[in-house]
Amino acid sequence: MSKETLYGWGRTSPSVSDVVSPATELEVIKDMSTAKRYIARGLGRSYGDAAQLGGGTVIDNRDLDGVGVISNDGVVTVGAGTSIDELLSFSIPQGWFVPVTPGTRQVTLGGAVAADVHGKNHHVDGSFGNHVLEMRLVTPKGAVTISPNNDAELFWATIGGMGLTGVITTVTLKMLKIESSHVLVDTERFANLDAVMAAMQSGDDAYKYSVAWVDCMSKGSSMGRAILTRGDHAPKDDSTKRLEGPKPAKLFVPFNAPSGLLNTFTIKAFNELWFRAAPKKKVGQPQSLSAFFHPLDGVRDWNRLYGKRGFVQYQFAVPDNAGETVKKAIERLSSSGVPSFLAVLKRFGASNDGMLSFPMPGWTLALDLPVGPSALPQVLDDLDEMVLSAGGRIYFAKDSRLSHEKVRAMYPRLDEFLNVKNRVDPEDRLISDLSRRLHIGR
Amino acid sequence: MENAFGQPQNVIVLGGSSDIARAITKKLCTARAHTVVLAGRNQQLLDESAKEAQEYGATKTDTLLFQAEEVAKAGEVVSAAFDKVGENVDLVIIAVGLLGNQRELENDPLGSARMADVNYTWPVAALGEIRRRLVAQGSGRILVISSVASVRVYRDAYLYSGAKAGLDRLCQGIAESLKGTGVTLQLLRPGFVRSKMTTGQKEAPFTTGVNEVAENTMRGLASGDLVIWSPPILKYVAVAMRLMPNQIWQKLMKR
Repeated sequence: MSKETLYGWGRTSPSVSDVVSPATELEVIKDMSTAKRYIARGLGRSYGDAAQLGGGTVIDNRDLDGVGVISNDGVVTVGAGTSIDELLSFSIPQGWFVPVTPGTRQVTLGGAVAADVHGKNHHVDGSFGNHVLEMRLVTPKGAVTISPNNDAELFWATIGGMGLTGVITTVTLKMLKIESSHVLVDTERFANLDAVMAAMQSGDDAYKYSVAWVDCMSKGSSMGRAILTRGDHAPKDDSTKRLEGPKPAKLFVPFNAPSGLLNTFTIKAFNELWFRAAPKKKVGQPQSLSAFFHPLDGVRDWNRLYGKRGFVQYQFAVPDNAGETVKKAIERLSSSGVPSFLAVLKRFGASNDGMLSFPMPGWTLALDLPVGPSALPQVLDDLDEMVLSAGGRIYFAKDSRLSHEKVRAMYPRLDEFLNVKNRVDPEDRLISDLSRRLHIGR
Repeated sequence: MENAFGQPQNVIVLGGSSDIARAITKKLCTARAHTVVLAGRNQQLLDESAKEAQEYGATKTDTLLFQAEEVAKAGEVVSAAFDKVGENVDLVIIAVGLLGNQRELENDPLGSARMADVNYTWPVAALGEIRRRLVAQGSGRILVISSVASVRVYRDAYLYSGAKAGLDRLCQGIAESLKGTGVTLQLLRPGFVRSKMTTGQKEAPFTTGVNEVAENTMRGLASGDLVIWSPPILKYVAVAMRLMPNQIWQKLMKR
């Protein structure tokens, strides 16, 4: 056991916890019986305070690793501490890809379940939980195997449950068959937000993967100009060589940049370059899986670019009929002069049964914002109001600043979740800094 | 828990009825604070502050009486305040202070000692217990209201500025000692502030109202900087204050 200062990927709100690293289910059970309060942690890619617990015990899941045999129909059981990166380097050469991947491979399978992560294919395939067949979960009352047919209630409380129902030790999921390690990508530039949203609404269904990068700092008629990339897995290459797994990052950020390096001026310049560098229209361009799905994984520790103050990520989802809210949100940001890096806009398909799962059919927008501008806290509080009145919600895995008062309205199944949690954790031992901040632990 | 902008949910204010403390509390409640425990020497003023905190968004408030002359009881007061919050405390503000009438007090041993007790000894004693409780939590923040007067002691308020100087320097040591504990300490150094504490005093350059101090404090909590200046320009003025020849300094500060 060691004392460690932990924070999320945004490097804000640190707290000190005792950290234990069990390697087996039995060790998890032992650690849970000696600790008073605890929460699991994977690779720390949640942006806020989801995987830390000041004054309590953090159960590092990284030693709960391992990958089983991938069956002929793509079913595999993986240790919850295994990262998607590790799983892919094993599975891609055999012709299998993860059914859902977030923008980084550096998340554990346990974390992917706890946040019910989504990817560029949500509009077609749903979120990570849709592809989980079974899990092993250690609750304060003991270890259980759960699936949609076996204690479905606990299963769907755990999908998106932010680790508050127990420590996941293994995940059984169905992988996706691929024939090449490339994606064929169509890229298109749009002069403003209306244009890109119309294109996504009418055309996304024809693609498995779709995402738009939106410039939230351009104003006037070019407000919300965007680059839309959409693609599908490429068919079998002519070559007979093995499919290639991901490669380790070549670049890294060795130390914290000064806070303020990423400011209105530098971010505007970056956005401008990014926009101009994209082709006006390009069809069927082959890209490697890494380049398409995980471009930021090419630079290790990129979050240090935001300096010691760190940054917040703001991601919301609103129903399909609230496209106007997306526009109003971007208008509010661009008029406030708060700098934000290229934002990610996506269409969500159907939700799953996860009680605290984030995605809902409609739109989602994610923004990276450096901490510093004094207007930022209020701007984001205003956006919360817009999102809430549109019937939308904020993503827990990204959040580090939402007011607990808005949570219940955003997540109407919270009470149902708390009932299930109370069944397996009547003494409220499973808590995190996030659950204390948002009052979602009890 | 506090959020990414350093906005706390559970707050203790020691010296909770001072004008600066009230202005800061209002801002904190407008942001995220929902539980506020106010401690001070005057029940009526504390009740007013508590009511005000509720008007600005607090859902749970409580008050606690103490005398900052009773140094031996400082630990108990802090402990009782933590118990009243009942969960993790995100921010403890020490806003205890007494400007006093220098000329009346300077030849009075007991009066001089009282100035030292209220401005220095009581806060130091309280910090011992605050430190212990927050470190056990693995998170939390301490905001100590110092003063620009602590930068350099001057003839006409040496009892006040001397005690503040002591507290300010000592707190820098505490801040250093807290590294790696998840707890941080920040110093607020306001310039001359229009408030009931300074009523009747001649205003100094860079005088502000309490609301401006509160705004600068919110910004300072987000930045995490050890020293929060209000107004921010005092950061540079203080350099001049330190370097100035003594004769000029004392003359400048003559009232």
